[in-house]
Amino acid sequence: MISVNAISKKFGKQEVLKEFKLSFEKGNSYAIMGPNGSGKTTLIKSILGMVLPDKGEILVNGQSIKGRNDYRQLIGYMPQIGRYPQNMKIGQLFSMMKDMRPEIKQYDLDLVEEFELDKIKDKSMGTLSGGTRQKVSAALAFLFNPEILILDEPTAGLDPIAVEILKSKIKRERESGKLILITSHILSDLEELTNQAIYIFEGEVFFNDSIESLKEITSEEKFSPAIAKLMQWTLKKKSTTKVLTYA
Amino acid sequence: MLKLLKYALYDILKSRFAIIYTVFLAMVAVSIYQVSDDLSKVSLSLMNILIMIVPLISAVFATTHFYNNLEFIELMLAQPVKRSQVFLSQLFAVILMLSLSIVIGFGLPMVLWGADSSLITLLAVGVILSAVFTGFAFLASVITRDKAKAIGISLALWIYFSLVYDGFVLYLIYSFADYPLEKVTLGLVMLNPVDLGRILMLMQLDISALMGYTGAFFQQFFSSGLGVLVSAGALVLWMLWPGMLASRVFGKRDF
Repeated sequence: MISVNAISKKFGKQEVLKEFKLSFEKGNSYAIMGPNGSGKTTLIKSILGMVLPDKGEILVNGQSIKGRNDYRQLIGYMPQIGRYPQNMKIGQLFSMMKDMRPEIKQYDLDLVEEFELDKIKDKSMGTLSGGTRQKVSAALAFLFNPEILILDEPTAGLDPIAVEILKSKIKRERESGKLILITSHILSDLEELTNQAIYIFEGEVFFNDSIESLKEITSEEKFSPAIAKLMQWTLKKKSTTKVLTYA
Repeated sequence: MLKLLKYALYDILKSRFAIIYTVFLAMVAVSIYQVSDDLSKVSLSLMNILIMIVPLISAVFATTHFYNNLEFIELMLAQPVKRSQVFLSQLFAVILMLSLSIVIGFGLPMVLWGADSSLITLLAVGVILSAVFTGFAFLASVITRDKAKAIGISLALWIYFSLVYDGFVLYLIYSFADYPLEKVTLGLVMLNPVDLGRILMLMQLDISALMGYTGAFFQQFFSSGLGVLVSAGALVLWMLWPGMLASRVFGKRDF
């Protein structure tokens, strides 16, 4: 459904993505992992068209996204840090977002109800706590029933009850056959919510396969030790390349 | 596009700045009307204030507004809307608000105490200068990633066009006083929107007679059909190019 064809992106001198190749298929749920600064958010923002890659192209449903915006109708995006107009009220924000996609008439209000956002719809966005803002972000991402859900650290900053509500919502959407991309550092969440693991290291795909085969390759039975092993391997790779360059 | 403009305007009109700016302009206009009954003196005083204040306020306000609204811009960029429309809606909202403030703030006293053609020109010049400097401010905002730097560039442009450029022109005229410089000065005026606005205003008043031969030449040029066409064209270019360039940079920017 989404294919990323050899995109490269530099911020100044720092090369964040190097000839990056990946494809995401419908019906799967992907865990995108990697250390801080490995290029996870840049990858997501490239798919959304907020960051424009220097080289390569991204196809959504077989069409290049360059210069296009209509494909974003298919995507629900929950940003890592939701930033909203300060003096807009929650209710106004929702009606504005609905106004932006006038062709969609049926809204998915599950999260709005479960997070009880209706009760605080007259609060302005500037006065909300970080967690409440995350709830708004989550509710907005699911609002239009999109085919693709991109969730950048969805559970960070949410209270335990909200985390459970959000996780069960993600599971329901996954069962209905949507494409879901999740980045997170909370491995237990990822194991619960995803079936495919992608490990990004220094702008390159280090691992990309199902979680089952990840466990097989690392000969670990549990998810977190398997990831820990993967991280150790990346560190080894890094030290060997260093030795080579210094030799 | 209209939808985006609606929300951008809604946001901007809710901020207290729009009201403060309008009241400030109205107070300036009222106090000057109180001092003198002679309309040409009123318009000359108002012009001197407008030509300094309007570009300054436009530059600073537009830059801060762009950076304060970055959240809104980022939110919109993840929606199925065009990038250029997101940018233009912000630009037009700021220009509309600044223009409305001038038209209401200066216009209401004019309705109350009377106006002549020079005062109508004054309103037009105010609106044009707001558009020009909002364009500059948005250009400064998109080429930087830091609010302070962007405000610095906007202020530098204001100082350049309001003060430095005139000094440069005076120096040139003084150095080459032995040569006929009318056409050169005319060309130089076209290269500065603030000067162009000022000259357009002065031509409406009788004081151009005080400016000697150059004044007579300017009077002749700006009252001819060609002169009006050329100066209007120059002003339109000044209004368009900073905003268009900024829009292009915005289209290639990462968020």
